[in-house]
Formats: sequence, C-alpha cells, structure tokens
Amino acid sequence: MTDLTETDPAAGEQVVKRFMYVNRKAPHGTVYALEVLEMVLISAMFEQDVHVAFLDDGVFQLKKNQDPGRLEMKDFSKTYRALEGYGIEKIYVEQESLDDRGLAAADLVIPVEVIGRAAMTELMAEMDVVLSA
Amino acid sequence: MAYQFNGTSIEHDEEGFLEDIGQWSEDLANHIAQTEDLTMTPEHWEVVNFLREYYQEFQIAPAIRVLTKAMGKRLGAEKGNNKYLYELFPYGPAKQACKIAGLPKPTGCV
Repeated sequence: MTDLTETDPAAGEQVVKRFMYVNRKAPHGTVYALEVLEMVLISAMFEQDVHVAFLDDGVFQLKKNQDPGRLEMKDFSKTYRALEGYGIEKIYVEQESLDDRGLAAADLVIPVEVIGRAAMTELMAEMDVVLSA
Repeated sequence: MAYQFNGTSIEHDEEGFLEDIGQWSEDLANHIAQTEDLTMTPEHWEVVNFLREYYQEFQIAPAIRVLTKAMGKRLGAEKGNNKYLYELFPYGPAKQACKIAGLPKPTGCV
C-alpha cells in the first residue's frame, strides 16, 4: 500500500493519495449525504485511491427500500450502485453502527466490507486525506 | 427559458437541460437535437436510450468515462470509445446526448 504515495511528481508520475469520505448523517433532511455522494463520483475522475465509509446514522444512506419520494427527494440510494462502474469499490461500513440500528449487511443496497470500530480507526489512520460529513 | 414545441412550452435551464425530466418525449428529443444542429439516427437513439436506461437504474447521468466503458461492455468496443461518441455528438457525448435524453447535466461535467 505505501508505494502508492511514493511516486515522484518531478518524474512526471501521478501522485495517488488515499482519500476517505466518511458519511455520518441520515440520507435525507440535510444535503450532506447527497453532496458527499456527488463529491465521491467526481473524485473518481482524478484516479485517486478512494475509500468510502459509513458510520453512525450514515449507515441509513445504504438501506434498501427507501421511499423518499414522499419527502419530495430523489431516491439517490440507487446511485450508490453506480459506484462500482466509477471504479469505487472500497466501501466500508462500521459493524457497531449497524448493530445499534438493528441493521445487517443484507439490508444494504450494495455489497460492502463490514468492519469493527477498531479496524475503522486503523483504516482512517492510514489515509492521506479524510473528509467527514 | 423554454422549448416551444407542439404548441407547448417546456422549461429548460440556461444550457438547454430540461427542468422537469417527466416532460421528455421522443418528439421533444428530436426537437432538442434540431436546436443542436443534429439529426437523430438509429445510432444517436442507441446512445440516448442507453443514457435513459442508465438514469433509470442509477438516478444519475454517467460521466463520459463511465458511459464509454458501459457502452463498450453492452454494445462492443467499436461503440464504447470516445471517437465514436464524439462523431455522433460533436459537442460532447455526455453533455449533448444527456440534453437530448432529457437528463440533467452529468455529475462532474463542467
């Protein structure tokens, strides 16, 4: 993993940084979830090492069978399924956050890697940039 | 701003993207294409329909790189490349084809 950041810009090679986008809020009611999702999709164009994490109420963003039409919101939970096509496949969900909300990996719209809080902490520590919303 | 079309007025933004996706029809697509100096051929429709299906499934308009990759996977490498798509839509396949398809401007497209 460490060799990713050791490319030399002077040699004309692209510097690849490890980015993590951390989602901590429920999908609707605020713009955070949708804005982060758009940021993640845009970041895919820059060929960086992108990670996306969901914890606290952020895990609700991935819940299946949302019906936000009644809130007059677009159902962007479908858009998470586009991430694979954008080359974003490093998606992590915190086990404790799922447990606290009575959810399991099977309740989510996409396959994810479920990891414990301690592992999430370690993963965050390995990142070059962590953006949280 | 609006497209004046079949006796109705259909709102669009300053770049010509529809305000309400629900107002799209094939006839309107032909009309938008005309305003872009394009004549719709079966090849144009193939891309437009592909984009509409993509939007139905994922609720976004794909970035050009994602579009070419997905087109290549479905329709073969000779259609999944920038040259083919730019020949059909000279002002940018993602932007121009999305406009004709009634979709919003692709995320990340400036």
